[in-house]
Amino acid sequence: MSLSEHEMAALIARDIEPGSFVNLGIGRPTLVADHLPAGAGIVLHTENGMLNMGPAATGDQADPDLINAGKVPVTELPGSAYFHHADSFAMMRGGHLDVCVLGAFQVSARGDLANWHTGEPDAIPAVGGAMDLAAGAKRVYVMMTLFTRDGVPKLVPECTYPLTGVGCVDRIYTDLATFVITDRGVVVRDTFGISFEELSVRLPVPLVDRPDQPAPRPVRGASQPAGDSPRRS
Amino acid sequence: MTAARICDSPAEAVAGIEDGSTILIGGFGLAGMPVRLIDALIDQGATDLTVVSNNAGNGDTGLAALLAKGRVRKMICSFPRQPDSWVFDGLYRAGKIELEVVPQGNLAERIRAAGAGIGAFYCPTGVGTPLAEGKETRDIDGRTYVLEYPIRGDVALIGAHRSDRMGNLVYRKTARNFGPVMATAGELVVAQVSEVVETGQLDPEVIVTPSIYVDRVVAV
Repeated sequence: MSLSEHEMAALIARDIEPGSFVNLGIGRPTLVADHLPAGAGIVLHTENGMLNMGPAATGDQADPDLINAGKVPVTELPGSAYFHHADSFAMMRGGHLDVCVLGAFQVSARGDLANWHTGEPDAIPAVGGAMDLAAGAKRVYVMMTLFTRDGVPKLVPECTYPLTGVGCVDRIYTDLATFVITDRGVVVRDTFGISFEELSVRLPVPLVDRPDQPAPRPVRGASQPAGDSPRRS
Repeated sequence: MTAARICDSPAEAVAGIEDGSTILIGGFGLAGMPVRLIDALIDQGATDLTVVSNNAGNGDTGLAALLAKGRVRKMICSFPRQPDSWVFDGLYRAGKIELEVVPQGNLAERIRAAGAGIGAFYCPTGVGTPLAEGKETRDIDGRTYVLEYPIRGDVALIGAHRSDRMGNLVYRKTARNFGPVMATAGELVVAQVSEVVETGQLDPEVIVTPSIYVDRVVAV
């Protein structure tokens, strides 16, 4: 069976290391928050200036001064911190965020991401923080359906939509499979209700059958030590 | 520069803003948006404005109301398109407003650079995308960066929580957002606050925007 969006979110949540600092993009990636294990010490960052963001506010809790990136009222947790926008984005670019999870229109086999603009003449472009996250987070995970409603693949040889970032995506979590972008190509890590062979037929990119431990690509930013650190995925 | 002037009204706080000005407007959506200053600016009448703000108006109040009056020639923002951005959407589709989309972090850092006296900076965001087209790039330690220039305002209108009588400001929760950086980058900086307290009543350890940046304050 293919995964529901909550099952995709749960899978991503399971793959996030305890103690990670994580940014969840607006829309579907926000669901990941519902599945993060309690007590794992995972700290959520929201681009509009907060760390250790709590769940959505309910009823009287809603405070117009306390919102997330999607402008939904949220809550504080013990240990929350506020900061201004330049600091918030310095955290991203400076390589301090371990993981971000973003939606996508398309991802290329090289890990190029397109998620901000359809490029259609009457579309109003709106990029928000997507390019900053794509360029800055140590790991960029995409959460999307593998095909559009019309059955068109969203994992493609080259993005045809305007790019958000070049070679920035590390993993793609979809309803039918999980992909890891490696120097050896696109590795299929998991499949859900579909065989590797059928995936290979339906997708226009070469696939590598599941890992004999594919070497993850080096973390962006040269300061990361070569050994395993607890926050690396 | 002398200490900030505590104004009696939003109208006094926005007096003298000229046609053709570039105005930095704080807020992320409506959180931190200085709605009363914008209302006063609408009454004041300045037009042909360039507005720099994260969004391009929500609903029918604040920045959306200024846009609806036809006072804004150009919007510089990161995220104009939202479920409640119907005012901007209509103007844009009718060709009545210019739009420059800037990645959100570049918007914040370009404003910060203006306030910090930085001539330009190399930034990795947007490399290889349409938003970096035509911009100078440079490879540094194996990574490509794009040259970004400061954005300064003739005026900054920001929302804060409290001010003292000198103009030291504190903010509240995520309503802080662009306020502190915009306060550094406007030639005239005007803050709307919920309360003005006596000087000495704000803990110096928690002041986010020191008074040196602030010209006018009004409590609403």
